[in-house]
Amino acid sequence: MQRSKIDVWVGLFVLVGAAAILFLALQAGNLLTLSLAPTYTVSAEFDNIGGLKPKAAVKSAGVVVGRVKAISLDGTTYRARVDIDLDEGVKFPADTSAKILTAGLLGEQYIGLEAGYKEEPLKSGDKITQTQSAIVLESLIGQFLYNKAADAGQADTGSGESK
Amino acid sequence: MMRWLQPAHVGREIRFKLMDLGYGARLLARLLWMAGPAFRRGRLVAEQVHFLGNHSLAIIVVSGLFVGFVLGLQGYYILQRYGSSEALGLMVALSLVRELGPVVAALLFAGRAGTSLTAGIGLMKAGEQLAAMEMMAVDPVRRVLAPRFWAGVITMPLLAAVFSAVGIVGGWLVGVVLIGVDPGAFWSQMQSGVDVWADVGNGLIKSLVFGVTVTFVALLQGFECQPTPEGVSRATTRTVVMSSLAVLGLDFVLTAMMFSI
Repeated sequence: MQRSKIDVWVGLFVLVGAAAILFLALQAGNLLTLSLAPTYTVSAEFDNIGGLKPKAAVKSAGVVVGRVKAISLDGTTYRARVDIDLDEGVKFPADTSAKILTAGLLGEQYIGLEAGYKEEPLKSGDKITQTQSAIVLESLIGQFLYNKAADAGQADTGSGESK
Repeated sequence: MMRWLQPAHVGREIRFKLMDLGYGARLLARLLWMAGPAFRRGRLVAEQVHFLGNHSLAIIVVSGLFVGFVLGLQGYYILQRYGSSEALGLMVALSLVRELGPVVAALLFAGRAGTSLTAGIGLMKAGEQLAAMEMMAVDPVRRVLAPRFWAGVITMPLLAAVFSAVGIVGGWLVGVVLIGVDPGAFWSQMQSGVDVWADVGNGLIKSLVFGVTVTFVALLQGFECQPTPEGVSRATTRTVVMSSLAVLGLDFVLTAMMFSI
């Protein structure tokens, strides 16, 4: 009698603990978004990936269609090579282009795919050739200042000639 | 007065400390080795899980709830300055799962269960029950210490998980129900930001290590104490102090190892 009573309480305790772990994994974590659906891998090369990280979302028209699998630096071209896992169910044309975009002003970065027009689809191991790098704020500001300076210089010389 | 600084005395102290360390390491190795025998007599382990786990559940749940409340309030106060109060769920979940859950649950466990382990074994020693067991050719390490040790190791991760889960619910209550953060953003930001293996899994590994640490310190202090009333009370105090310090120190080391890469 005593024995089975303790066992019931211990069982209940273990059950509560297991339920808590399950809650953390499913409700707080992303176990459900780790889809086990079959995927195919394509790669893309970017001049600059900014803050892109492995497991970042890959979206097309705002819908998540895959995840970034791995990021490495190509030793010969010195560009960033990004391997992308795409859902088997979604076929993209071979001339699809990839952009690195930012969610919100300070949000995390993700890859946006824009479908092309070719008939043949992107296959596993293919490479996306048309890419657009992440926007790096420093170079953007640098370019802006450079243009500004160039404009000012042009205005100076222009006014000088007219005199 | 100068006796304290005499080389012979210092040497003796160092030798005794080394002996303590060696004895502790040997006992830990024996306890780890006794996993098999302990679980073959599962009833003893189950009784201890009931004693350590079920009785600690109340304090863990209440503390977790209030830690979650506070995290919800403080997190909202900080995040709304940056206009990103939707990230509240992510902040509450990450701080609980990665850090506060394992550490605070271990500190509470040391105070609630570690002390009673030390006092119980200390009193057994003071009442010469352990000596009597040895007289009957029953190994006290196998019969008394091993079931308690393994029960503590099982219990700690479960308690830490309960603490984190209840804390997240507490953060949800304050953030979503009370303050009015968007519930969809609360959960979706949490789900996209918390990784099952990197965050939840490593938090569980942490709490497993803390379970070994706290239970072992408590058992060692009880087993080693002077068999007198003062000895038992000193050992109980040392259990709380040493296991809390060990948990905080180990937490730094484990965090540096797990999350720095």
